[in-house]
Amino acid sequence: MTIQITQTVDARGLSCPMPIVKTAQAIKAIPAGGFFEVLATDPGSVKDFAAWSRSTGNEIVEQSADGGVFRFVLRRK
Amino acid sequence: MTTATFDAPAPARDDPLREAIEDVAGVPEVYGEAFNEPEQKVKELVIVNWSGDLDKVWPVLILSSTAAASGVRARVFVTFWGLLPFVKDGKRIVGENWMQKMLTLMQRPGIDHLKLSKMNFAGMGPWMMGTLRKKYNVASPRELLQAATAMGVEFIPCQMTMDMFGLKREDLIDEMGEPAGAATAIEIMTEADASLFI
Repeated sequence: MTIQITQTVDARGLSCPMPIVKTAQAIKAIPAGGFFEVLATDPGSVKDFAAWSRSTGNEIVEQSADGGVFRFVLRRK
Repeated sequence: MTTATFDAPAPARDDPLREAIEDVAGVPEVYGEAFNEPEQKVKELVIVNWSGDLDKVWPVLILSSTAAASGVRARVFVTFWGLLPFVKDGKRIVGENWMQKMLTLMQRPGIDHLKLSKMNFAGMGPWMMGTLRKKYNVASPRELLQAATAMGVEFIPCQMTMDMFGLKREDLIDEMGEPAGAATAIEIMTEADASLFI
């Protein structure tokens, strides 16, 4: 499966709940099945994006952390 | 739906929080159509916002905006002291008789004038909270209210409190819904998947 990321949501520097709020807003521009990435520095976003993914059905397909920046790759439901 | 308008201070450049808020404003309702299948029931959250304290109103706004962002229909029934933060900017003393006016003299209305339930220390506590908020780039109640209304969180003012406090519909922010009473609150709370009294 090739993952082609069409959009990046930059939520670096934002605290809860803005990374989620910003992602929910950005997702509207992404077609169903499309991939997008979220960058966040809020450590709580690791648990929060997992929960948000379960609530909304937008699947986390990749997750990494690099120098305090968390990166999530999600597939739009 | 109406887009929130606030007399917010001029936006600072390269402010990620400000940009996030501006991105959110003008977004139509998120819940329902965005995430849920048509045949699937939309989950519902109802919060009763009873308090006008900073440390109560703030989590109400955080939870309701996050619910909307998670595809949950969020409604907030606003009652008693909780109504005063939703008075329009620039309205200092509201009410018709002297007792009602005294209430707003003692508790200043508006989203920017919330007191802490503990350690208020004549405004020192909220000032410190505001300073910490900026340092850690946390969204303010005003910013969260803007995001919440932009994402379709519904705020329902309590008619009885409005009468008792002498508040008219035009004293409240335009984003407030139609006033209703306890029976409406009970109906939406019992039908919701979760309801909170904060």
